[in-house]
Amino acid sequence: MLRFIGGQLFKLIMLMVAVSMVSFVLVSLSPIDPVQMNVGQVAYLNMSEVKRAQLAEYWGVNTPVWERYLHWAQSALQGDLGMSLRYNAPVTQVIATRFANSAALMATAWLLSGVFGLLMGIAAAVRRGGWLDRFIKGYSFLLASVPTFWLALVFLIVFSVWLGLFPLGFSVPIGVSPADVTIAQSLHHLVLPALTLSVVGVANVALHTREKTIDVLQSDYVRFARTRGESTASIIWRHGLRNLALPALTLQFASISEIFGGSVLVEQVFSYPGLGQAAVTAGLGGDAALLVGITLISAATVFSGNLIANLLYRVIDPRLRPTPRGMSGRFLSKTAGAAHE
Amino acid sequence: MSNVRETRGTGGRGNCPAFAPTLPPVPTLHLPRVAHRGSGNRRRTLATFIIAVLLLVAVVAVGRLLATSNPFAAAPTTAPAALATDFTAKNLPPSLSHPFGTDWMGRDMFARTLAGLATSVFVGLLAAGASAALALILGTIAALGGRRADAVITWLIDLMLGIPHIVLLILISFAIGKGFWGVAIGVALTHWPNLARVIRAEILQCRESVFIAQARRFGASPLRIVRDHVFPHVFPQFLVGLVLLFPHAILHEAAITFLGFGLPPEQPAIGIILSESMTYLSAGYWWLALFPGIALIATVLLFDRAGSNLRRLIDPYRSQE
Repeated sequence: MLRFIGGQLFKLIMLMVAVSMVSFVLVSLSPIDPVQMNVGQVAYLNMSEVKRAQLAEYWGVNTPVWERYLHWAQSALQGDLGMSLRYNAPVTQVIATRFANSAALMATAWLLSGVFGLLMGIAAAVRRGGWLDRFIKGYSFLLASVPTFWLALVFLIVFSVWLGLFPLGFSVPIGVSPADVTIAQSLHHLVLPALTLSVVGVANVALHTREKTIDVLQSDYVRFARTRGESTASIIWRHGLRNLALPALTLQFASISEIFGGSVLVEQVFSYPGLGQAAVTAGLGGDAALLVGITLISAATVFSGNLIANLLYRVIDPRLRPTPRGMSGRFLSKTAGAAHE
Repeated sequence: MSNVRETRGTGGRGNCPAFAPTLPPVPTLHLPRVAHRGSGNRRRTLATFIIAVLLLVAVVAVGRLLATSNPFAAAPTTAPAALATDFTAKNLPPSLSHPFGTDWMGRDMFARTLAGLATSVFVGLLAAGASAALALILGTIAALGGRRADAVITWLIDLMLGIPHIVLLILISFAIGKGFWGVAIGVALTHWPNLARVIRAEILQCRESVFIAQARRFGASPLRIVRDHVFPHVFPQFLVGLVLLFPHAILHEAAITFLGFGLPPEQPAIGIILSESMTYLSAGYWWLALFPGIALIATVLLFDRAGSNLRRLIDPYRSQE
C-alpha cells in the first residue's frame, strides 16, 4: 500500500511538472505582447520608450523561456502561482473561490449523469430490442452529437425566457451581496447548468453500461442462474451489478475530464462564475498566469479521479487487493462464489 | 436459492438427474450478439454510407456557394447571400422566404447557417485528417520504434488525455493565436491520442503474428514490412477512426469558436452564429439559436452515420450485424 501511494505521488509530481512545462511553453509562444496586454492599448501608446523597456524587463520579455519557467516553478513550489491580471488577485485565490463554485456544479452533474446513465444502460440491456432499448439508444446517440453549449442555449430559451422558471444566469441573484445569498437561491441558480451537463453526460455512460450489461447477460453464469429459475431482477441485482461495478467506476471517473470540459461551455452560457468561465476570461484576456494555474488544477482533478477509481477497485474487488500469500486460492474461491451465490 | 444448494448437495456433478427434465431439448450454445432485423444487408449499409457522404458534399457545396456568391439576388454585384444585409427585414421569425428567420442585420439565417456548416466541415476535415495522420505515425512509431519510443509516446498520450480537451484547446489557441489556423491546428493537435492508442495496440498485436515473423525470416526490411504488411492490416481501423474523428473535430471547432477563440466574427461559422445569438435570447429571438444548432447536429449525425456504416462494411467482426 505504501509503495502504491508512493508510486502514485511520484506520477502526480511528474504529471504536474510536465503539464506546467507544456502549458508554460504554450503560453509563452503566444503572439500577444505581454507589455501591451498588461498596460492596455492607450497607455501603451502614450508611454515613453524608457518606461516600455522597463516594463518589458519586468514582464521578462527578453529572458529565455526556461529561465522564466524556473522562476515560476520556484515560487510555485512555495504556493505562489503569480498574480491574475484580469481578476487582480493571486491566482491561487482566484482558483480557490472559482473551484468551489464549479465543484458544486460538476459534482451534481457527475452524480446525476452517473446514476441515471447506469440505470438507463441496464434498463436498455435488459429490454434489448424493445421500445425502451430503442428509445434509450436513440436518445444516447442523438445526445452524443449535441453540442453542450447549444443545449444550454435551448434550455435557457425554454426554461428561463419562455417559462420563466429559472434565472438567466449567474450563481446569485443580481443586486444581492454574496453574504446574503441563501442556499435555496444558490440551488435555484445551479439547477439549469447542472441539468444541461447531466443530460449530455448521461448518453455516454448509458451506451457503455448497455454494452457491458449485454456482455454480462450473455455470460455462462447468468445462463446458469436462469436455468435455476432466477428472475431477471435478481440476476441483475446479484450478478449484474457486481460485474458491472468495475467498468462503471472506470467510466464514471474517466468522465470527470468530459464534465470539466462541458462545464467550461455551460458556465460561459449561464455566466456562472466558475473555473471554466475564468479559463475563458484568462484565455481571451491574455492572463497567462491564471491560464497555467487552471490547466494545472484541471489536470490534477482528472488525475485524482483516476486515482480514486484505482483505490476503489481494491475496495470493491478483493481479487485486486495485494495479498502476500494464498492469492490464487482466494482468487478461485471468490470467482466461484460470485458465479454461484 | 435454497433448492439450488440442495441439488448441489445431493446430486453428483457428473449426472445431475434433478436438472435433466428442465433443460430445453436443444440447448442454446450461442446466441447471436445482435438480433437480425433486416440490418444484415450490406448493400443497404453501403447505400446509407454513400447517401450520408453525398449529403455532406451537397451541404458543403451549397454552403460555399452561398458564402461566395448570391444566386438569388437580382443584381449580380450584391454581397454573398450569407453576408447580404437587409435592414428592412431584420429579426424576422422563420417564414417561407426565410426558413431559419433573419438576424438583427437582416441577414438570412438559412444562408448563414449553410455557409457556416461548410466552414465547419472544412475545418473538421482538415483537422481530422491531420490528426489521424499524426495518430498513424505516432502509433506506428510507438509500436515498432523500440521500448524508449514507446514509453515517450505512451507518456505523451497520457499527458494529452490528462488535461480536459477544451482547456487544451484554449491553451493552444492562446499559443498560436485566434483565427482559422489557430482552430485547425488546435483541433488537429488534440484529437490524435485515442486513435494513436488504437493503432498502437493493433500493430502490437499484428507484430506478433506469424506472417510478420515469416516476412522477417525471408529477410524483408523493416520499412518493407511496415509498408506491405502492417499498414494494410491497420488501414481499416485507421479509416474508420478518421471518419469517426470528424464529428468530434466539428463539435470542438464549434465549441472553441463559440467561446471566442476560434474563427473571427466576420467568417460564417456555427460557433459565431450561436455566440451572437446569446445576446438576443432574452429578447425572445429563439430561431437564431435553435435552427443553426439543429443543422450542426444533423451534420454531426451524418458523419457519425457514415463512420459507423463504414465500420460495419470493413470490420470483419461486425460485418454480419
